[in-house]
Amino acid sequence: MSVSVEVRNLSISFGAGAHAVKVLPGVTFSVERGECFGLVGESGSGKSTVLRCLSLLTDFWSGEVLIDGRSVRDMPLIERCRTLQMVFQDPYGSLHPRQSVRTVLNEPLVIHKLGDREERMRRAITDVGLPISFLDRFPHQLSGGQRQRVAIARALILEPSLLLLDEPTSALDVSVQAEILNLLQRLRYERGFTYIMVTHDLAVVDHMCDRFAVMLRGEVTEILPHEAIARNGASHPYARELIGASLDYEGIR
Amino acid sequence: MEKTILDVQNLRIRYGGSTTEAVRGVSFTLGRERLGIVGESGSGKSTVGRALLRLLPGATITADMLRFDEVDLLSLSEKEMLKVRGRRMSMILQDPKFSLNPIRRVGDQVAETYLRHFKCSRREAHEKAVAMLEAVKIRDAERVFKQYPHEISGGMGQRVMIAMMLLADPDLVIADEPTSALDVTVRLQVLTILDSLVRDRGIGLIMISHDLNLVRNFCDRVLIMYAGKVVETLKAVELDQARHPYTQGLLAAQPRIGGTRQPLAVLDRRPEWLEENA
Repeated sequence: MSVSVEVRNLSISFGAGAHAVKVLPGVTFSVERGECFGLVGESGSGKSTVLRCLSLLTDFWSGEVLIDGRSVRDMPLIERCRTLQMVFQDPYGSLHPRQSVRTVLNEPLVIHKLGDREERMRRAITDVGLPISFLDRFPHQLSGGQRQRVAIARALILEPSLLLLDEPTSALDVSVQAEILNLLQRLRYERGFTYIMVTHDLAVVDHMCDRFAVMLRGEVTEILPHEAIARNGASHPYARELIGASLDYEGIR
Repeated sequence: MEKTILDVQNLRIRYGGSTTEAVRGVSFTLGRERLGIVGESGSGKSTVGRALLRLLPGATITADMLRFDEVDLLSLSEKEMLKVRGRRMSMILQDPKFSLNPIRRVGDQVAETYLRHFKCSRREAHEKAVAMLEAVKIRDAERVFKQYPHEISGGMGQRVMIAMMLLADPDLVIADEPTSALDVTVRLQVLTILDSLVRDRGIGLIMISHDLNLVRNFCDRVLIMYAGKVVETLKAVELDQARHPYTQGLLAAQPRIGGTRQPLAVLDRRPEWLEENA
């Protein structure tokens, strides 16, 4: 099942009174069913904040987020969690060090009162390409790439339709990144997931995403198709600079 | 190549309590050039960098030769090492958020390097530090001098680290993932600053990184490490002509702008790469 996402005029301020800082002045974009949409921009530009707002991890925003036409605020918590899930950046920080993989994967099943737990856990861990014996391991017994697979399995176990990926591979080596990106691609083709992916690596965007938004100080400066990267087809000066820098860095120009 | 400033032969490092060596017989020499060391996490690249500065308490370091300029690094006492570390050889660490002291002003931390290694007044050290902050292209250096690490951005923090490490005018700088915590645009600025300072002053640079694009653009020579060994040494411009299957695998695993979007090649690790004489 895939869903579409529509973000309208999403805005949020942190702090109060004279110290209030408007982090997102009003973000608008839409993501089609089954699309992989990228959010790029420098650190502090609000990319991760957008994901945190969509998932209601941060909930004091104004504006509208519609998932398949329904406001995310109107969804009951249980339903929301079964629709969207998030994968965080740092697999060393996002798994509880004293919980085994089994505990991590079991918890959502208990909360959502789902049956066949053992079977579901086995399937989730196999889906991300890990052996079933890994269910009884602890995070310190896993490499960075394996941890990120567990984090993805945790997101998959509730069979969501929308995955919010916050820099899922930036803490990993290129060789391991390749494995995770291939895994995400395969899952998307098999299950028709919709992805919203935050990254600062335009090569990853070009590889994974259909379209992407370039963010600067909380604003979406431009939304571009991924083909625009190789020819630097951006018109906004910042987007041009960002793409130009990435092309320089890759030594393409 | 000009004069050799660093000569490492058959360097072996074993961490305390470990049965296997983390670094297994690494040899290389370094002139006034920029040498890249690449490899995955756990390949021993950072361990090599730290061993040069003797920053590995509890580890056993052996080598047939570990010579820095005219100094034998293995035989130095810790007291003598203090005169080398930070003064003649220094290290830029990965993440300014964790490597700067959060409760001391940025400028004081930079000036400390100078105060420690040179006989001078506080005022002199202050002036040197401000000048160095300006050299790493920090605008309004006096203001930044008085700020705390949490008040400055990541890119600025990394430039502060560079200023700190270059202030004593060392002969060798080891940069351990100097820019992997930074955005692409900022990364390029920081690397360009580091690059021009290192070239202007004729400093030898060892750039430790997992980023193949970085070493391709900012190094002269590249060592590729796998499981504690150097599997291949290449000129940076010839990186694409790598012969070792591990290097080729790393290059192929990278997504590229304008690529085919086909599944990426996954590294097929062969057991013979681990062998001592492979």
